Amino acid sequence: MSLTTDDVNQIAYLARLGIDHQDTSSYTQNLSDMLELVAQMQAVNTENIEPMAHPLDNIQRLRPDIITETNQRDAFQTIAPQVEDKLYLVPKVID
Amino acid sequence: MQWETVIGLEIHAQLATNTKIFSGASTAYGAEPNTQACAVDLGLPGVLPVLNQEVVRMAVKFGMAIEAEVADTSVFARKNYFYPDLPKGYQISQMDHPIVGLGHLDIEVAGETKRVGVTRAHLEEDAGKSLHENFADSTGIDLNRAGTPLLEIVSEPDMRSAKEAVAYMRKIHELVQYLDICDGNMQEGSFRCDVNISLRPQGQTEYGTRAELKNINSFKFVEKAIYGEVERQKEILEAGGSIVQETRLYDADKDETRSMRSKEEANDYRYFPDPDLLPVYISPELRAAVKADLPELPDTKKQRFIQDYHLDNETAYKLASSKELANYFETVVKQSNCEAKLCSNWVTVELLGALNKSNLSIQESPIAAPRFAELLKRIADETISGKIAKQVFEFMWNSADSADDIIEKQGLKQITDSGAIEAIIDKIIADNPAQVEQYLSGKDKVFGFFVGQTMKQSQGKANPAEVNKILKAKLKR
Repeated sequence: MSLTTDDVNQIAYLARLGIDHQDTSSYTQNLSDMLELVAQMQAVNTENIEPMAHPLDNIQRLRPDIITETNQRDAFQTIAPQVEDKLYLVPKVID
Repeated sequence: MQWETVIGLEIHAQLATNTKIFSGASTAYGAEPNTQACAVDLGLPGVLPVLNQEVVRMAVKFGMAIEAEVADTSVFARKNYFYPDLPKGYQISQMDHPIVGLGHLDIEVAGETKRVGVTRAHLEEDAGKSLHENFADSTGIDLNRAGTPLLEIVSEPDMRSAKEAVAYMRKIHELVQYLDICDGNMQEGSFRCDVNISLRPQGQTEYGTRAELKNINSFKFVEKAIYGEVERQKEILEAGGSIVQETRLYDADKDETRSMRSKEEANDYRYFPDPDLLPVYISPELRAAVKADLPELPDTKKQRFIQDYHLDNETAYKLASSKELANYFETVVKQSNCEAKLCSNWVTVELLGALNKSNLSIQESPIAAPRFAELLKRIADETISGKIAKQVFEFMWNSADSADDIIEKQGLKQITDSGAIEAIIDKIIADNPAQVEQYLSGKDKVFGFFVGQTMKQSQGKANPAEVNKILKAKLKR
């Protein structure tokens, strides 16, 4: 499967990555090569093989439903670019 | 052309845990902004999510209640999109392996029972809140809600009308509260609903293009939003147009939906398994424990009420709709020793009527079940009539006094002493010779006049059955 430059631009947009337009065609080639490799692997018969959800062959540990965190707002907000009325401020977003 | 409406619902039920799904921060509602958003919730570098065991237990409980397949292992995935109230740039959710698989639920609309499929229910974390109002060029972000556990319950496109959709939504709402897994508070956003709607020509089997309505937080709005959206789509289709698959926001103030373009472009979420979380395993021990903990569910309870108390379907349905209401009713039946029919009437008509008027829930009732039972006891033993009982009920509603105290203090005790009633009746007969004449000449209707006068003279306290008996005897000559 080969990608188009439009696909690459769309993927970059979805990931919010700013890419240099000069590099688009080399990204397109590289990503297409990767998909090519995946396509080769697709040829392997995986019937009756359970998909691997995680490389560690283990199960999730659970924690009890007990409050362990304390309010550290002031510490966290010292690294925020902008704060007002205890809220993190971001450029206006409207739906 | 005749159009058929096809509706599917996605319900987000906030799970009633103490802490977040992946962190030990509190989920209490109404805290000061950002005081309950810890490093994990903020997605700071180096943090790792650890799953809350209560969340798993609650999801399994829901799955069992809708007779769904509960998967042995389920997997968390990342749903990637950018929005300021989603600090990590992805939401941890479930995609290919949800914790709850196909189940079902029976709804009742206009006396008919209909089975609605529940496609799946999966666990995910909630986002924070964006506050647009108070700032000119900025949006304020409160991340207290970020990481709050949600169970997203996805229905099959099985509903065919707004009424069915609302009945389904109500049923899920009742169920999650029955199970004690969600407080059901819609004002606080603990229970939210997205509606998928499409139209197709009557008789066609494939589905039309659907629109998704978001942000609907009441039963009334769901119904209104569906009516509006059906009309909108019908107009487009009948003018030869086609429906665009899109997300629309319901505006309750204007009672209309509008397109949410900003969400459209981001609709490619690039899900992949979250490498920070291992597959979740549901052990046979957990299954057994949850099963043992499962309460009697609304449908079973309703059937029991019909059988044990001989209630009609509608009353039984109403009383079984909430666990608290059902418990109240059963306490009243047991403690009053009255006929269940009398109890159900008083609970559903007088009590629920008064609660609705004051906007109170059954838990907030000023009259607790045992005190209410005392009142019904006095109707049953004929200390007071049903009519007087309504007055006593009023007094009880506004005070903490017992029914007996009120009856005593207000002198409302029914007059069953036939001598006393006879004296009143004798006087009325003597005072109204014209009416007596009319009655004796065959105008049976005038009998009502005498009953009315007697009740009036006795201030409603005369036993109605006794009054009838004595009047009949006295006026027969």
